[in-house]
Amino acid sequence: MFFRLFSILQKKAFFALLFILNTPLLNADWFALNMTRGITDISNEVFELHMLIFWICVAIGVLVFSVMFYSMWAHTKKKNPVPAKFHENHKLEIAWTIIPFLILIAMAVPASKTLVKIYDDEAGDINIQVTGYQWKWQYRYLEDDVSFFSNLSTDLDEIYNLVPKGENYLQEVDEMVVIPAGKKVRFLITANDVIHSWWMPAFAIKQDAIPGFVNTAWTIVDEPGIYRGKCTELCGKNHGFMPIVVKVVEQDEYDEWVYGKKQEAIKLAELTTKEWTAEELVTRGESIYEVNCVACHQTSGEGITGIFPALAGSDIVMNNKDRNIEILMEGVQGAAMNSFSYLSEVELAAVITYTRQSWGNAEKGDGEIVVPKDIVDYKEPKI
Amino acid sequence: MSAVIENHHDDHHHGPAKGITRWLYTTNHKDIGTLYLWFSFAMFLIGGAMAMVIRAELFQPGMQIVEPEFYNQMITLHGLIMIFGGVMPAFVGLANWLVPMMIGAPDMALPRMNNLSFWILPFAFFILLSSLFMEGGAPNFGWTFYAPLSTTYAPPSVTFFIFSVHIMGASSIMGAINVVVTIMNMRAPGVSLMKMPLFVWSWLITAYLLIAVMPVLAGAVTMMLMDIHFGTSFFNAAGGGDPVLFQHIFWFFGHPEVYIMILPAFGIVSHIIETFSRKQLFGYSSMVWAMLSIAILSFVVWAHHMFTVGLPLAAEIFFMWATMLIAVPTGVKVFNWVATMFRGSLTFETPMLFAIAFVVLFTIGGLSGLMLAIVPADFQYHDTYFVVAHFHYVLVPGAIFSIMAAVYYWIPKWSGNMYDERLGKLHFWLSFIGVNVTFFPQHFIGLAGMPRRYPDYALVFADWNMVSSVGAFLFGFSQLLFLFIVIKTVMGGKKATDQVWDGAKGLEWTVASPAPYHTFSTPPKVD
Repeated sequence: MFFRLFSILQKKAFFALLFILNTPLLNADWFALNMTRGITDISNEVFELHMLIFWICVAIGVLVFSVMFYSMWAHTKKKNPVPAKFHENHKLEIAWTIIPFLILIAMAVPASKTLVKIYDDEAGDINIQVTGYQWKWQYRYLEDDVSFFSNLSTDLDEIYNLVPKGENYLQEVDEMVVIPAGKKVRFLITANDVIHSWWMPAFAIKQDAIPGFVNTAWTIVDEPGIYRGKCTELCGKNHGFMPIVVKVVEQDEYDEWVYGKKQEAIKLAELTTKEWTAEELVTRGESIYEVNCVACHQTSGEGITGIFPALAGSDIVMNNKDRNIEILMEGVQGAAMNSFSYLSEVELAAVITYTRQSWGNAEKGDGEIVVPKDIVDYKEPKI
Repeated sequence: MSAVIENHHDDHHHGPAKGITRWLYTTNHKDIGTLYLWFSFAMFLIGGAMAMVIRAELFQPGMQIVEPEFYNQMITLHGLIMIFGGVMPAFVGLANWLVPMMIGAPDMALPRMNNLSFWILPFAFFILLSSLFMEGGAPNFGWTFYAPLSTTYAPPSVTFFIFSVHIMGASSIMGAINVVVTIMNMRAPGVSLMKMPLFVWSWLITAYLLIAVMPVLAGAVTMMLMDIHFGTSFFNAAGGGDPVLFQHIFWFFGHPEVYIMILPAFGIVSHIIETFSRKQLFGYSSMVWAMLSIAILSFVVWAHHMFTVGLPLAAEIFFMWATMLIAVPTGVKVFNWVATMFRGSLTFETPMLFAIAFVVLFTIGGLSGLMLAIVPADFQYHDTYFVVAHFHYVLVPGAIFSIMAAVYYWIPKWSGNMYDERLGKLHFWLSFIGVNVTFFPQHFIGLAGMPRRYPDYALVFADWNMVSSVGAFLFGFSQLLFLFIVIKTVMGGKKATDQVWDGAKGLEWTVASPAPYHTFSTPPKVD
């Protein structure tokens, strides 16, 4: 591990140095000191609560520390050579037990009230199922049968300091969640593999996405705009690279967006029945591989020794088409490989074909391709 | 207060053995205390080196030095090593040195077990650290090792991690049993419970906490082991298990665990403030009751680490109120320390500087803890750098400063030599500035929205991350000065008197400096 660290160091030292010396930190901000006020009633209330407790804590701190600092100044051995004798005072001790208790109640009551409001579990006007995956989010609009994945869209070259970083570095995705303004939107949050956490600071929503559980959260946003959030539960290697972006639009724009997404789905279904050539599938598969597979199996198909198996030169990928499809559809029990059955038939066929045709696999193995029909056949109930 | 029975006669028969066997076979509480302290120092430096890697990567946005995979291994090992290898063994070392001398006992009650509980520790950490060189790398799921990231999705080294946690647990439980048995059975006549020095009280309570919760941790890792290797589904939703159950079990251990790391600090700081204020500690009995209440409350607040897992409303409100309640006894302790200093006759030697910094910075950490208890606000704070700032404020200038204060305070008794006051003060100021420059900006970063355990971050967090890294390097390298000071003191220096500090009270100051190999072979008389 250390050796790897050093080799990485060498490789990157030049670029790292270049950027440390040359990049002005475009959006860095010395004034990013406090929580930002939210944009919903609840998030504003949470902000007020935060400021209330903050100032109470500051007041307590100032009071205690000023007595202490006074004592450090006035009661040194030089100024006060003979120490006082007292070592208890029951009235004082009762006071500093009771008064903090009352202050705590003064904080806890408004906090509990806000909490009751947050815990409203009525259905929303729009209900969206949010599913955490390693390392992306899936959004399913339950009423409209719209479903898509949202991946980080920041370029790897920005992350590795090869090009300057953009304004929304690590806070941008290929597809945003779109919700209408002024409507109650309810999120049903779960996960497919490990625990993630869906955090949208502007709405004051943070709910863990836990496999086997559905947590709920809701919001009503009146102000159209783009809001950015993050995954906040350690979920593996790319935990820091699965942001959340919500776009709030007016109702008619929302309706238009839903219509567009439905049209896309119809086009995708048509693709399933089309005749495919190996080249078409490989081209399509490459981009799917980059989004879904590269984090573990790497661009080279070599995987990471000991945790993520290599696809280059793998017997299954070269010679066993049926098992290859089965692994993608079912995952591997007890390993990090999950089922990818949520991808479309076209996407699955393309990405499998890509791995079977790349890194010399086609030449060394049987070179068979997988077409969308194979996936459809796999999904047919087996008699 | 007491009279010492001279015991030179015994020394001749039972002096330390020579060479390496002295340390391997020793059953002497002072030798074992020394072993624990050096071991914890070594772990502190290793865990600290990992923190340096973390802060170097976070110095600027973008990935520069390590890969995210390795970064996750660093944060995991940093946490585990600092908690189980740094802070806990240091407190056990202090207990070994001080508890028998403070209660007038000749040694710990179970000296052979004492030897065993120390000597299994290096193996535990050898196993843990060796996982760095295994295929798939070291554990990478955070020190809290939430399932299923730590089970189904873990690297193969997780089995070694589990084994190593088991060994650490066994060591802690044996150490704790030893402390309880010693305190309960070996107090010199006249040392009644309510006359015990506060450090002894704090360790008695800590030991009970350890005995109560370390088996719970052992249970959690055993269930993980079963899930990984024997096909059970304790924490696997697909098999009918429950990933949230893991968190309940873990934090039922984990919350008392954080008090295990702070209660002995309360004891230490009480002694030091009393000594350098030259005034009797204010509110001794309320100090004892406060520690007891904190310990008992620590068993009913675990779910405040889990406010975002989707607990029912009633549970959220219960855990919020219970957590806030802890502020009351904690406040009492802080007020007592301030009242002890008030109208005292203060001097500011290095231990006192560390103790005062402890009170101030621990209070800041306590106040941010109070903020974290407020559930709706915690939805914004949870798992951000605000939490990182909070627990580092209670653990670094809290637990670790108290350990440093203890070393400066008692090292003249241990070694017979005074440390270099000028260097001690320099170490204090470098550490004090370093720790605040490191962790104070992390409050800002967290409130502005940066989650913890991120190897890379948005540009808006860049400025304060850089400041934090600079502070971390300063703090980290200052600790080499501490190492130098300790070695210098052990090697030689101004001879310490038996009393060492003019305001110090307690049996340990009645024996010679350095403390003879065997003390109190005949119990002292205490009125």
